[in-house]
Amino acid sequence: MSKVLVVTSGKGGVGKTTSTAAIGAALAQTGQTVVVVDFDVGLRNLDLVMGAERRVVYDLINVVNGDAKLAQALIRDKRVEGLSLLAASQTRDKDALTLEGVTRVIEQLREKFDWVVCDSPAGIEKGALLAMYHADLAVVVTNPEVSSVRDSDRIIGMLDSKTAKAERGEKMEKVLLLTRYDQARAARGEMLKVEDVLEILSIPLLGIVPESEEVLRASNLGSPIVISNPLSAPARAYQDAVKRLQGETVTMHIPVERKSIFAKFLSWRVA
Amino acid sequence: MNMSLFGFFRARNTAPVARERLQVLLAHERAMIGGSDLAAILREEILAVIAKHVAIDQEKVQVKLDRGGSVSTLEIDIEMPALVGAK
Repeated sequence: MSKVLVVTSGKGGVGKTTSTAAIGAALAQTGQTVVVVDFDVGLRNLDLVMGAERRVVYDLINVVNGDAKLAQALIRDKRVEGLSLLAASQTRDKDALTLEGVTRVIEQLREKFDWVVCDSPAGIEKGALLAMYHADLAVVVTNPEVSSVRDSDRIIGMLDSKTAKAERGEKMEKVLLLTRYDQARAARGEMLKVEDVLEILSIPLLGIVPESEEVLRASNLGSPIVISNPLSAPARAYQDAVKRLQGETVTMHIPVERKSIFAKFLSWRVA
Repeated sequence: MNMSLFGFFRARNTAPVARERLQVLLAHERAMIGGSDLAAILREEILAVIAKHVAIDQEKVQVKLDRGGSVSTLEIDIEMPALVGAK
């Protein structure tokens, strides 16, 4: 049974694309077939974060319009078996995506893959609505910061009212992925704590991804963090999150960076 | 930047403020999206009632709203023409 997952947040820059790439790659690393789909028409970036920007020939809109077959538009990842990408178009025409078209493509993807991971654009416009419409499960990416929490609350409201599941009267499953978390700052009262965000948004926690330099390194390299540095703290957080998505019970903890004395010495020298 | 020792310690514990502001704001926004922004409805209706009796100059109406956790205040300040009271 294939599962459609939307990675959404309302606010931009909180880590939707990074998380989509990491979750997609981590799922594929467990041996399942996965496609990550970029819904950010006009501002595609998942291709770049996945390191496939030079291999995009056809995109989601080409498939929707029938200019390309789905198989032609899917880009297979060269590092992880079973992982594919469907890029967004760079057209400026925001109406290029239609509900009928998206419905058709998602149906086809469901037949081919165990997991369809949709990377939502920021905002609450058509693109974000189409990305979430067919989801079975929503991963709400939130930073421990007031504007991000507010926008997530808004998105949760839309997930409960504007999706196919909601229209059928079913309950939309939503989980929280807290990113850029700094445990030390939260402990000092400088940052919202995990419990604060959970209490305010009242959805279950999927994982806590700590703030880390490794995330930028991964995007610089065009490699999902679970591939570029699988032992890093954020990668371990994504691996745990994926186990939870697959139904495993994994104790919740915030992974910490294991720095060697040599690395500490280096960073001290550079600073 | 407050350089006093007290200010230095106080300035760092901002998370509880963030938490409280969010709780109040979201309580209101959730109600609003449900279609019942009480403060906005009251503002419109009160102004409509007053406009029935007095010609209101929109420039001279001040509406202040303070959404609080348990109590919200709606303050409507209308400057009325002098002859209204002398009727």
